[in-house]
Amino acid sequence: MNTLTRAHLAEAIYSQVGLSRNESSALLESVLEQIGRALEAGDPVKIAAFGTFLVRQKGQRVGRNPKTGVEVPILPRKVLSFRPSQVLRARINGEQGGEDADGAA
Amino acid sequence: MTKSELIALLAAENPHLRQPDIELIVATIFDEITAALARGDRVELRGFGAFSAKRRDARTGRNPRTGAAVPVAGKAVPYFKPGKELRERVNGGPPAAAAPVRRPARIASKVA
Repeated sequence: MNTLTRAHLAEAIYSQVGLSRNESSALLESVLEQIGRALEAGDPVKIAAFGTFLVRQKGQRVGRNPKTGVEVPILPRKVLSFRPSQVLRARINGEQGGEDADGAA
Repeated sequence: MTKSELIALLAAENPHLRQPDIELIVATIFDEITAALARGDRVELRGFGAFSAKRRDARTGRNPRTGAAVPVAGKAVPYFKPGKELRERVNGGPPAAAAPVRRPARIASKVA
């Protein structure tokens, strides 16, 4: 199993769009930054045919240190979750997955 | 925010680029991630998060209405693990001294 990084994605932009390598990686960074900014504001990010990133509010609950058994309160917090779209689910299983049949991701 | 809103924001940030190019950039990013997951690869974007495909074994499910046993084939499920930086940003900054980490004291005399 290989791991792709920013460099691979920037390279793909470079060869697909014909921007310079520098600008390709800057644009990749802008995309990630805009997504991060929206999520930071609590705004869900919906990418058709890919999935939805959304922020969920979690309430306080009692946790336990698994090593010592000591109860510790887990404070209310916001967590990020990703819901893959049906198209993405189908594609990673080698199915075609209707190009436009995505609707609600 | 939707994909088209994302494209509009990027277009405003990059007036020297044509809109179709920005659309292609955004499509390329998500297509590359999708293709990597389909190959069984993972995509790790430090500070943002990592995408991977988790394997689910075949199992016997049940039709909840009739109770009949139905074989469910094994499949791969996309998974996203948010990176530390993004996790903290979403939660309103780094945790306020939840667990203070002791760092070994710097040995200043070693630095010339």
